[in-house]
Amino acid sequence: MMSQPPLSPSVNQDVATPRKLFLQGHPGLNGRRKAKNNIYHGVLLAGTLFAVVMLGLLLFQVIRSSIGWLDWQFLTSLPSRFPKKAGILSAMAGSLWTIGLTALIALPIGIATALYLEEYSDARKWFNRIIQLNISNLAGVPSIVYGMLGLAVFVRLAGFGRSILSGALTLALLILPVIIVTAQEALKSVPLSLKEASYALGVSKWQTITGVVLPYSMPGILTGAILAISRAMGEAAPLIIVGAAGYIAFLPTSPLDAFTVLPIQIFNWTSRPQEEFQHVASAGIIVLIALLLTTNTIAILLRNKYQNRMD
Amino acid sequence: MAEKAGMKMRAEQVNFWYGEHQALKNITLDIPENKITALIGPSGCGKTTFLKILNRMNDYVDGARAEGIIHYQGMNLIGDSLDVAALRMQIGMVFQKPNPFPKSIYENVIYGPKRHGIRKKSQLDQLVEQSLKQAAIWDEVKDNLHKSALALSGGQQQRLCIARCLAMQPDLILMDEPTAALDPISTQSIEDLLLTLKEKYTIIIVTHNMQQAARVSDQTAFFLLGEIIEVGETKEMFLNAKHETTERYISGRFG
Ligand SMILES: Nc1ncnc2c1ncn2[C@@H]1O[C@H](COP(=O)(O)OP(=O)(O)O)[C@@H](O)[C@H]1O
Ligand SMILES: [Mg+2]
Repeated sequence: MMSQPPLSPSVNQDVATPRKLFLQGHPGLNGRRKAKNNIYHGVLLAGTLFAVVMLGLLLFQVIRSSIGWLDWQFLTSLPSRFPKKAGILSAMAGSLWTIGLTALIALPIGIATALYLEEYSDARKWFNRIIQLNISNLAGVPSIVYGMLGLAVFVRLAGFGRSILSGALTLALLILPVIIVTAQEALKSVPLSLKEASYALGVSKWQTITGVVLPYSMPGILTGAILAISRAMGEAAPLIIVGAAGYIAFLPTSPLDAFTVLPIQIFNWTSRPQEEFQHVASAGIIVLIALLLTTNTIAILLRNKYQNRMD
Repeated sequence: MAEKAGMKMRAEQVNFWYGEHQALKNITLDIPENKITALIGPSGCGKTTFLKILNRMNDYVDGARAEGIIHYQGMNLIGDSLDVAALRMQIGMVFQKPNPFPKSIYENVIYGPKRHGIRKKSQLDQLVEQSLKQAAIWDEVKDNLHKSALALSGGQQQRLCIARCLAMQPDLILMDEPTAALDPISTQSIEDLLLTLKEKYTIIIVTHNMQQAARVSDQTAFFLLGEIIEVGETKEMFLNAKHETTERYISGRFG
């Protein structure tokens, strides 16, 4: 047997640790502090629980209502006047088209703008300050205002009509401020020492941007983009104004086709008089949530891949 | 050529301002070829500023302005007509805090050469091996070239940064307190490295460590409040400084 140090159990259990001594030394003070701490803890926990419970109830309600309605037939059918035959395929296709196009438009423009503001523009010039101020303010404009802008500019003026393209352009405008501002934050977080290291090797500004700045900030930029695109996916108001229809009985094949998206389709079903359409709407909500979770997961995986490549 | 025989570079009457604040006054200094020149002096006396004039890193500071002449390879480094990128390929820099890119060791070394047009894999491979060997870190990393540079220790990171600089095959290397953030053992290995590097390169090093200046440098310039108080052979200066202030600074009685 190896000799163990003579460590009696009482050393561990009975002798007060410094922390215990401290607590014993100031019973009154600590009692009060502990009580206060417990109250804060309780309030915050209650707040969190409230949100979680409400969300749970809502989900439970929706899931229960969709049972028996969310099936293969629902996923692969076009909408119909008859609840039993109604499906979500055209809305799903419309949402994917719209969001894909929105991301394609908003991401490059957003990143380019952020790069201009952070890396090229002189923040002391009034022109650049006004741009910056406007972008920050635009993030707070109600989405319905973008819908009106989209109707005037893309549908009418540009002549794109009530199409996916008009909808995507409108949503792109809607999420651009958020993408720009979060991308700017990500670009600001790039350490100066890394840029200096690149410049000191005689590397040009643009090559420093592509070689160091963008790879370093890409996870942050993508995070902002994920949040923004998720928001766009749930938007109904601006698209209604731009003219997305409530009833589309075909699948879009080009950006100039008429379209509907999931939230509008769901809204359309909930406003039908027949009781059964409420179940159809619930099934639609489940599909929308699933789609949101899927895009988020894909984006997070993408982000992690970038992050791994960095370290 | 305005550089004297055996000299790599000559600064003549250099003045430098950050806005209104004059950071350097009438700096005149010859940099001997294949020698190590140490810049010493208390914090804020303009050592980093002088170093960054030489590779034009001060260009990014708003309101910075330089006057005077710095002769180097027939050019004047102060002036607008200079090709700054080409200059920085000749004059490399190692910073106080190791600043490897968050990329693999391999990618760090080839970062510069790749962006200056070297694309061939075999050539890049060779450059990586050669630079890491010169920076005395090859044996430690040769099996992990594609691991992240951030996983290295501070001392290894700094030697990697030196390798990254050497991969550009520079002519002159600027080092701004390269061991200030390192432990004694890493410092030792970098000092040893400096002594081998001066066979091929000319080096200017800023240091706060008097022993380091004494151990590695051939020439020392003592800066105080933006001026050079004394410059001369290191041995000579450390044995008997001409100025009392120099003597007091070297012996650690102020600064
Ligand atoms: N970017 C800058 N803007 C304004 N003043 C600066 C800047 N960098 C350095 N200085 C000032 O110039 C002087 C010299 O600084 P520096 O060259 O960094 O000194 P050292 O490297 O010897 O410690 C100091 O007074 C410092 O405050
Ligand atoms: Mg300094």
